[in-house]
Amino acid sequence: MNGAMRFIPLVVVLVLFAVFFTMMSGDRNPKEIKSVLIDRPAPAFSLPSLEDGAAAITEADLKTGKPLLVNFFASWCAPCRAEHENLMLLAEDFGLNIVGIAYKDTPEKSRAFLDELGSPFSVVAQDIDGRAGIEWGITGVPETFLISADGMIRYRHWGPIVGDSLQKRLLPKLEEIQ
Amino acid sequence: MIPEIGHFALIVALIVSLMGAVIPHMAIARGDTRLMALAGQFAYSQFLLASVAFGALTYAYVISDFSVLNVAANSHTAKPLLYKVSGVWGNHEGSLMLWVLILSLFSACIALGGKNLPLRFRSRVLAVQSALLVGFLLFVLLTSNPFMRLDPAPFEGNGLNPLLQDPGLAFHPPMLYIGYVGLSVAFSFAVAALMEGEVTPLWARWVRPWTLAAWVFLTAGIALGSWWAYYELGWGGWWFWDPVENASFMPWLAATALLHSSIVVEKRDALKSWTILLAIVAFSFSLLGTFIVRSGVLTSVHAFAVDPERGIFILAFLAVIIGGSLSLFAWRAPKLAPSGIFSLASRESALVLNNILLATFAGVVLVGTLYPLLLEAVNGTQITVGPPFFEFAASVLMSPLIVALGFGPLLAWKRGNISRASQILLPAVIIALVVFWVTIWQDAAGTFMTGFGIALGLWLIISVGMEINKKANFWKHPAGFIGRAKKLPRATWGMSLAHAGLGIILLAITVSEAWTSEALRLMKVGDSENVGGYDFTLEQVTPVAGPNYTAVRARFLVEHNGRFIAKLAPEDRVYSDPPMNTTEAGIYPTFLGDVYAVIGEYAGSDAWSVRLYFKPLISGLWLGAGLMAIGGLISLSDRRQRIGAPAGKKRSKRVLKPKKAGA
Repeated sequence: MNGAMRFIPLVVVLVLFAVFFTMMSGDRNPKEIKSVLIDRPAPAFSLPSLEDGAAAITEADLKTGKPLLVNFFASWCAPCRAEHENLMLLAEDFGLNIVGIAYKDTPEKSRAFLDELGSPFSVVAQDIDGRAGIEWGITGVPETFLISADGMIRYRHWGPIVGDSLQKRLLPKLEEIQ
Repeated sequence: MIPEIGHFALIVALIVSLMGAVIPHMAIARGDTRLMALAGQFAYSQFLLASVAFGALTYAYVISDFSVLNVAANSHTAKPLLYKVSGVWGNHEGSLMLWVLILSLFSACIALGGKNLPLRFRSRVLAVQSALLVGFLLFVLLTSNPFMRLDPAPFEGNGLNPLLQDPGLAFHPPMLYIGYVGLSVAFSFAVAALMEGEVTPLWARWVRPWTLAAWVFLTAGIALGSWWAYYELGWGGWWFWDPVENASFMPWLAATALLHSSIVVEKRDALKSWTILLAIVAFSFSLLGTFIVRSGVLTSVHAFAVDPERGIFILAFLAVIIGGSLSLFAWRAPKLAPSGIFSLASRESALVLNNILLATFAGVVLVGTLYPLLLEAVNGTQITVGPPFFEFAASVLMSPLIVALGFGPLLAWKRGNISRASQILLPAVIIALVVFWVTIWQDAAGTFMTGFGIALGLWLIISVGMEINKKANFWKHPAGFIGRAKKLPRATWGMSLAHAGLGIILLAITVSEAWTSEALRLMKVGDSENVGGYDFTLEQVTPVAGPNYTAVRARFLVEHNGRFIAKLAPEDRVYSDPPMNTTEAGIYPTFLGDVYAVIGEYAGSDAWSVRLYFKPLISGLWLGAGLMAIGGLISLSDRRQRIGAPAGKKRSKRVLKPKKAGA
């Protein structure tokens, strides 16, 4: 802790305080959250498919030429059950492709979950250790991303798609990009 | 009248603190011992005045004096007495008053308990404490006066956030604050040592009990908060890595590191400037935690914008305290020459590793908490850093810590013998490896991390057992084992208990994360549902009325293979002032885990939405945290800790050669 090292803590703190100061003098409202991922290409990933023997699922699978959804779910997550009905509706009545990402779950449990409730997904990828979740910056499950035909993220839905969030939030966004 | 007395007491306290912050330094410069001794009197007076002010505010709350703005904004006549009192610190102004009270209490304790510290040093410490108090009192009086009057007085108050009306949360903030503020003692000792330009093993002896006490309260406070989240928020989670929680976790990590590094200073006269830095950083984290989060710079900077005066004051205050002490550190650290040398395999090295990992973890949590703010300042983008980031960091940094933790206590000071330690720990290694292999191979756990977590937890618990066993020599002379175990120093027992507590926490986290069963269902009265092998039967749903809320209470019968386990009575409460909905989970802890039921909304046609869980081993979290706190208390009761201060008489000679056992 001699030499230049001893100044490090002081410098770190001074920089921090400078940041706090500028943040406070600025006129900003932190309640308006935007996601950095919006209007950016989906992050790169490569995850094993839940289907035995199928090829790994990567970000290339998101560029299908039409809009699709990426849904992070888990069998251990109660709100995922709650939104499941709406995902089925989107897949069946709207003909939307939904890529499921089974987040921090075992393949057996994910399969049992989909066998029990039916699968709304065109493909299911497994994110067993949650690394893809970090890349996508999810804060929990379920979270759903709307991807446009060119593979860009257009909308991010926090939490389950239940109640009027389907009609009022997700569907208008879908219409917008179609 | 009473509130004015409180206000007046605060003003007088400010004057006394100003005197207390300046006069001792002058006295030391002049070498006037009589004037130095006054520092103690200042400390007692500060505590007395702070008690009067806090008492006055509490009184206003108890009698519901709504002519006081703070009371009107945060209290209500229909609240039970407990929550009228806990409402005092349930808001910004009142919580600052609690800070002031506890800070002055610690000063008084130093004055009282530190009679045997060298007078010069004690005066310096108390002067630093006084300076801290000046800052807090200025902040209260200039920007957050809790005694502000309201004219005309409203007929009824706004009430306290119902989520906070809970016994767990009534005691959580005071516990945490005692922990936060307790670290101010380590801070003041560090700053005083820097001023004196000398850190001796004795210094570490003096500062350690205070740090340990603060750490015990921090541990208990954090555990209490997590327990509250578990049963009150109603969805079974217990830690969310949100900024408020991180703010309490960072000082805990720093204090834990400090506890360990001060041992090295005490026993080996090494790591001196690092320990001083940790003492400063630990308290800085406390300040950053309470202030920044309380005023919402992280969760919502909006609160700052509303009251820029308060925000600027906080920042200036933090800059003076933290910046000032770190400048002092940068200036004086070269004087603290390192002396003890040690080999790579030694107790010191193990403790250094502990410090590196804990400090890195605290740093990572700090970065994760502040990163969104920093990024937005740099290029205006907003991001959130979620639990996956923190969980990843925790698993990467804590795994080597726990592996090393098994070895550490078995290594000798200066030069240890890893292969001998490994021999002693062989059973722990074998059991951990077998369990790891079985869980992974049998795919019982599914993911790699589950098997790893269980193996690590068992490794730690068994290592602690082996180490006690070694120290009390069970294998060679089984006869007197109990007697010898009893004779081990209390500090050794305290350390072992705390370490075992960590192992239990790790097991509880891993097992409950991996094998929790849960169900979200619509149930009618009479319906039954099996969750994790437990049958939950909804027996009845009745409306109930509390003192300031109405609720729907469900009654569940829980059975396991037809055998009665428990009756659960979860409630869904609606409070009237302020109008808000809270859930009270029905929880029954069994040996294997908790059965947990939550009643939600009425879903039509006699059905209610309910959530049912079986959470295996989750009680281990609080059991483990409790063991850590109890371990701290036992260590604190060690005679060697208590006589730490009296030994100060022999300050100039380095007479300390304590027995080797324990740490």
